Amino acid sequence: MSTIQLGGAPADAPPKPTFPWLIVPPAATLILLFGVPLALVFAVSFASRGTYGGIEWAFTLGNYTSIADPLYLRIFWRSLWLAVLTTVICLLMGFPLAYVIARAPTRWQGILLFLVIIPFWTNFLVRTYAWMFILRSEGLLSTVLSALGLTHEPLPLLFTDAAVLIGLVYGYLPFMVLPLYAALERLDPSLIEAAWDLYARPFQVFTRVVLPLSKPGVIAGCVLVFIPSLGAYVTPDLLGGARSMMIGNLIQHQYLVVRDWPFGSALSFVLMAGVLAAVLYYLRAGGARSL
Amino acid sequence: MKTRSWLVAASVADLLFLYLPIAILFVFSFNASKLSARWQGFSLEWYAKLFTDQALLAATVNSLIVATVSTVLAGVLGVLTAVALERQPFRWQGAFEGLLLMPIVIPEIMMGVAMLLFFVMIKLPLSLLTMIIAHTIFNFPVVALIVRARLRKLDPRLEEAARDLGATPWVAFKRVTLPLLMPGIVGALLMAFTLSLDDFIISFFTAGVGSTTLPIKVYGMLKSAVTPEVNALSAILVLVSMALVAAATWVQRK
Repeated sequence: MSTIQLGGAPADAPPKPTFPWLIVPPAATLILLFGVPLALVFAVSFASRGTYGGIEWAFTLGNYTSIADPLYLRIFWRSLWLAVLTTVICLLMGFPLAYVIARAPTRWQGILLFLVIIPFWTNFLVRTYAWMFILRSEGLLSTVLSALGLTHEPLPLLFTDAAVLIGLVYGYLPFMVLPLYAALERLDPSLIEAAWDLYARPFQVFTRVVLPLSKPGVIAGCVLVFIPSLGAYVTPDLLGGARSMMIGNLIQHQYLVVRDWPFGSALSFVLMAGVLAAVLYYLRAGGARSL
Repeated sequence: MKTRSWLVAASVADLLFLYLPIAILFVFSFNASKLSARWQGFSLEWYAKLFTDQALLAATVNSLIVATVSTVLAGVLGVLTAVALERQPFRWQGAFEGLLLMPIVIPEIMMGVAMLLFFVMIKLPLSLLTMIIAHTIFNFPVVALIVRARLRKLDPRLEEAARDLGATPWVAFKRVTLPLLMPGIVGALLMAFTLSLDDFIISFFTAGVGSTTLPIKVYGMLKSAVTPEVNALSAILVLVSMALVAAATWVQRK
């Protein structure tokens, strides 16, 4: 060997681990109590349902092929459609707010951000209930509208797809605003001024300068809203009617009511595949670096 | 550059959208009427009823037990993870980091289903214990992420200086790095505590008979007849959440 090592390891080598066992407790916990349960769901999704609702270990692809039933496909499509719609509405509503916060004086920024974060920490059931209270047929909106003489009979507002949509947007709007704010805050205002100076119209300033520069925030926000919307359970359960079922409700129904665990597991895996696809898109779009 | 007025108007509308429903619940929690959507005078009746509801108190105690224990466990595992990932590189670190993100990324319903299936298969009866395990699993990656972000911002030379002055690795960590990490750790623990206290779906799947938590109880109330007590309970829960965010923000500012 002709190479001569001088003065030990080079200065930029990673530090030698002093406590290499540190990762053992968390890794063991995660693999045993999370990796194994996930693997079990995967295994069970290929098993058959026993006569009395148990699991029979006979390999089948039937659980996946029965998802193609129009009844279930309709639920998948509704979930996807509602999740996309929620994401678009959150983006349209969240962008102005994120922009205003990012351009506000520093003192105001803190207060406004705090106001966006509070709902995120507030109990989701309570926030959903607030809309039940407002939209119920004998609820606030109906009462106010009939007191004003605008309607004469209770309005069918609750237990509709529209109610589910309102609930989802209400629940996940903060998820959109926060990453958008993070991206817009870093946007150099002089670039916008330059666009104005070059006689760009307001719409052009937005599409040619603001939007491209805040793209990582847009992607992050959309993924963060899309994922929980797609897997929503509480919102469609409380605000939607029997016909507003989403994938989450179907899974819960299969697991706890019908007790067809293999089919419920197959449904969960298809849902997870959808979510992971969204995450992969986010990572490939370089979104991870923006956070 | 001046921010355009329609942008400000849209932002005000957003904030009204976020806060009006909560404000309405607050106001109506003091409503004397049993037909809760008409205002019939101020009353504290529903709050008084809450504090004498034995089932509700039991659920609150369960929630506090689960949140406290799972937060402590998540804190220990999360800090270990953060330090290991940032300072003690190991083999298959990339794969581990991927798995670590999964509890945060996958839908809660999937997490609930997986936990239920696991506990049934290993024949562990559903109880407070199973709920604590599930909450620890979804909370410790959150703690790890927050603490790791804080750790990344620390100057590693501070710890090296301590080592040069003769401190053992453990003493250098305990006396230099840990105090600097503390605001991040406390903030992360408050977040974990709140997530556990508010969790419904995963608890719903992993709770057994007699281990009803507050959100499960609230869900039951919402599914049956909605009574004015729910408004009062909601108002209290909102106030508790606000206090926790305020505390977390204040701690992290240091």
